[in-house]
Amino acid sequence: MKLRLRSLAVLPLCAALSACDMVVLNPAGDVAAQQRDLLVTSTWLMLLIIVPVMALTVIFAWRYRHNNREARYEPDWHHSMRLELVIWSMPLLIIICLGALTWLGSHLLDPYRPLDRIAPGKEIPEDTRTLQIEVVALDWKWLFIYPQYGVATVNEMTVPVNQPLSLRITASSVMNTFYAPHLAGMIYAMPSMETRLHGVLNSPGESEGFSANYSGAGFSGMKFKMRSVSDNEFQRWVGMTRAAQQSLTRDAYLQLAKPSEREPVRYFSAVDRQLFDAIVGMCVEPGKMCTHDMMAIDERGGLGMAGIYNVARRSGDQPRAVFGADHSHVIGICAAPVVRTFEDDLLPQVDRSPLRGAGLPRPAPSRSGSLLADAVDSSSAR
Amino acid sequence: MMQAELPVLDPIFGRLSLAALPLHEPILVATFVAVAIGGIALLAGVTRYQLWGYLWREWITTIDHKRIGIMYMILGIIMLLRGFADAVMMRLQQMMAFGGSEGYLNAHHYDQIFTAHGVIMIFFVAMPLVTGLMNYIVPLQIGARDVAFPFLNNFSFWMTTAGAILVMFSLFVGEFARTGWLAYPPLSGIQYSPDVGVDYYIWALQIAGVGTLLSGVNLLATIIKMRAPGMTLMKMPVFTWTSLCTNVLIVAAFPVLTAVLVLLSLDRYVGTNFFTNDFGGNPMMYVNLIWIWGHPEVYILILPLFGVYSEVTSTFCGKKLFGYSSMVYATVVITILSYIVWLHHFFTMGSGASVNSFFGITTMIISIPTGAKIFNWLFTMYRGRIRFELPMMWTVAFMLTFVIGGMTGVLLAVPPADFVLHNSLFLIAHFHNVIIGGVLFGLFAGINYWFPKAFGFKLDRFWGLVSFWFWVIGFWVAFTPLYVLGLMGVTRRLRYFEDPSLQIWFQIAAVGAGLIAIGIGAMLIQFYVSIRKRNELRDTTGDPWDGRTLEWSTSSPPPAYNFAFTPIIHDGDAWWDMKQRGYQRPLSGFRAILMPANTGAGFVLAALSTAFGFAMVWYMWWLAIASFIGIVGFTIYHTFNYKREFHLPLEYVVHAEEERSRQLATVRS
Repeated sequence: MKLRLRSLAVLPLCAALSACDMVVLNPAGDVAAQQRDLLVTSTWLMLLIIVPVMALTVIFAWRYRHNNREARYEPDWHHSMRLELVIWSMPLLIIICLGALTWLGSHLLDPYRPLDRIAPGKEIPEDTRTLQIEVVALDWKWLFIYPQYGVATVNEMTVPVNQPLSLRITASSVMNTFYAPHLAGMIYAMPSMETRLHGVLNSPGESEGFSANYSGAGFSGMKFKMRSVSDNEFQRWVGMTRAAQQSLTRDAYLQLAKPSEREPVRYFSAVDRQLFDAIVGMCVEPGKMCTHDMMAIDERGGLGMAGIYNVARRSGDQPRAVFGADHSHVIGICAAPVVRTFEDDLLPQVDRSPLRGAGLPRPAPSRSGSLLADAVDSSSAR
Repeated sequence: MMQAELPVLDPIFGRLSLAALPLHEPILVATFVAVAIGGIALLAGVTRYQLWGYLWREWITTIDHKRIGIMYMILGIIMLLRGFADAVMMRLQQMMAFGGSEGYLNAHHYDQIFTAHGVIMIFFVAMPLVTGLMNYIVPLQIGARDVAFPFLNNFSFWMTTAGAILVMFSLFVGEFARTGWLAYPPLSGIQYSPDVGVDYYIWALQIAGVGTLLSGVNLLATIIKMRAPGMTLMKMPVFTWTSLCTNVLIVAAFPVLTAVLVLLSLDRYVGTNFFTNDFGGNPMMYVNLIWIWGHPEVYILILPLFGVYSEVTSTFCGKKLFGYSSMVYATVVITILSYIVWLHHFFTMGSGASVNSFFGITTMIISIPTGAKIFNWLFTMYRGRIRFELPMMWTVAFMLTFVIGGMTGVLLAVPPADFVLHNSLFLIAHFHNVIIGGVLFGLFAGINYWFPKAFGFKLDRFWGLVSFWFWVIGFWVAFTPLYVLGLMGVTRRLRYFEDPSLQIWFQIAAVGAGLIAIGIGAMLIQFYVSIRKRNELRDTTGDPWDGRTLEWSTSSPPPAYNFAFTPIIHDGDAWWDMKQRGYQRPLSGFRAILMPANTGAGFVLAALSTAFGFAMVWYMWWLAIASFIGIVGFTIYHTFNYKREFHLPLEYVVHAEEERSRQLATVRS
């Protein structure tokens, strides 16, 4: 009776929980779903020890209370080798299991690793082309460039359902985090750095993505719409975007990069092919040397004394250190364009990024649909 | 040419002008008026009752570790009120800002509040409270008369206070950082944060950091060199052990924080490029460095409280601590491991699977010794006779709360899970779960446990219970919704929301914050009521809980010299052992005792440092130079102070010990 009452008390909580959208526990993308599986499995593993500990705490606290004279009292009992063995080995065993899961999970779900399936039991069809998207976190909005289609959007990421996505991510000024809870977890977007994320969305729909790392005054409004649509609709969307009036030249980008809040969705046709690499190289402004050029020069020994003078003062009223020099930048001496290839498309997907875990088998196409089952079931590895 | 475009600095006030006063922010003006009235009333009261001389002689210049410990606790509790006010403002903002409403705080204000909340709670609440507890208890537990370097102890305290004062200045003069509590560049660099906020952050932490580091050196030397004869390392009380490990961590970790903040200030003041986007700067380096300090910092906070729980459990169960040596080894293992887990704070930075899993697994391994500790407390309760006094209640609440926080922590250590939970409110709930459920509950247990030692009377039980229940229930009501919101994909530091289904959870969390507010209020009432009822609650034995460690062998409060004769130790639970063997207090043979002499040098140096920090923040170069010369000059001057010790006269010692005998006699009769 008591038990039933308690479950009744829990009911409204469950109702409340199911009423709200627990996106982390119920995502639309296969990668996020596998991350969720790992989360849930780890929780159960730990509850194996947490629940008994909590129960024992309550039981001991009650049983050995001061005025319970029936309980045994042994003031000098303070050591037991057998118990010590248990209390060190029990957590150890659980951590061994969890550690193994972690090792496998971290490698299989490494955001840099191209996908090897689009859903449980569904291999990537031979003729599938991975959709490349270049993501730039600006102050305070998101720019998405579709290099395969030469279009770009602000604050909207539209992708076809069940098509593998490969995202290259950077930022224009400060650190942000790209996070679309339905897709594949989050990853930092950092200026002059490129991070990657692979994922897929398995059902059509619309959801929200945002920055998960505080980036200044307009941070709270830094949201984008993530739409997953059918192939046909995606083609229509691309066509619509291509017809957009604005084109994303470097000048247009520099205008766009200026801080602004709650930007509406915008579309750009005719995107500068080098733009993303120039953003990563911090050289969108004309006359600046890109960081990859600097690194290439430095690798060959640098410019020597000449390098010291190869800087130009920058105009503008940017704040500077009180005892520092004026703002300046390294002058580009030759504008060697980055040669863009679509090797990501042409090469076989899975082989590109080997699992580096010692003795870890290369994952075979999944049958069970669960990362955990795959990891445990050795037959699927062969 | 460019120079001319920058605003010209005023030669006297630097960049400080009337515009820096937040006269347009009604909330701040009201706060300022309230603080000003309170401050003036306080100063008037002190003057009215002619307490200035007393305060200066007995407290401000004191080098007595016990008084310094008490001052640390007072600092921590005052700053707790400020940090909690920030928390309440955030909860209200997030509860209100829905459906197009932007709440009542603009970004400029809100972003300072969440930064200040984190900085204050860690550096100026948790650290002073923990340091205060260690300062008070450790010398007593090891049978010492003071710490190894008594003057340094006073100096450390005032430097910590100087940092706190700078943070409080930022509330009314200028602004605080708008960066988050760790001030990641490039956002905290001069280009994106040109205002004074980050400079306040840097100088407050640097000045307070001097205090923390020196107090770490001090306690480390004290524990290593000043234990009573017979107290081998493996006979030290567990609280002393955990303090030892914490101070090892402080000494090894805080220089990293100092260094990384120096690099950031170089970027901001002289235009270097350590953490800028351009010219080879690398913000990821900052993130690594600050967490190489930041993770050990977490254990700096929690380890001493593990010690408190051990003392409390053993005392109130009337039993020797179960598995003393396993407890010690667990502490040492945690100390070492805390250095090789820092990367778990940024799995999502793209380090690669092998690096991530290495740091994930090292993090999980820490849960093994921590789990062992929990079991040890559990088996100390087993076959004990548990008295549910307030400290023990806090301990049981801790055990039930902390395991959940530990579980969610290990969950976050699984990199693929962290990819969906990082920076989310789940993370916020997790670290509040361990810091409130672990550090704060432990501090409350410690305060209730050692208060009678420090003041000679127990704390009132009724108001203690009220505070306890409101805190514990309030904590769960406030942070369970954040766990849920984290699973709904809500991340931290957001100022307003669009999805209306989230609002109910923020409302529940705000109710929780309200319950905690009642808990804090009840705690203050508890202090007040206890002082009023001090004669009823008086403890004349010096050992109100039937304690086991040396501090309970002294009178409450202990005399200035702690121990008339240095005790000789035969057992881990030294005082328990002495009681069992029928210990007789020596009643004759006293001698005059050599004691360190009070000095105002620490206070003066800290005051000069405050001026220096303030000058650096506002670019008042003349003041910066003058105060810096003042610091160096006064330090040199202080080295010529040869009146550092004095003999406590024999009559004083005899009188104090006879007083103690009289007190004990009233108990027996």
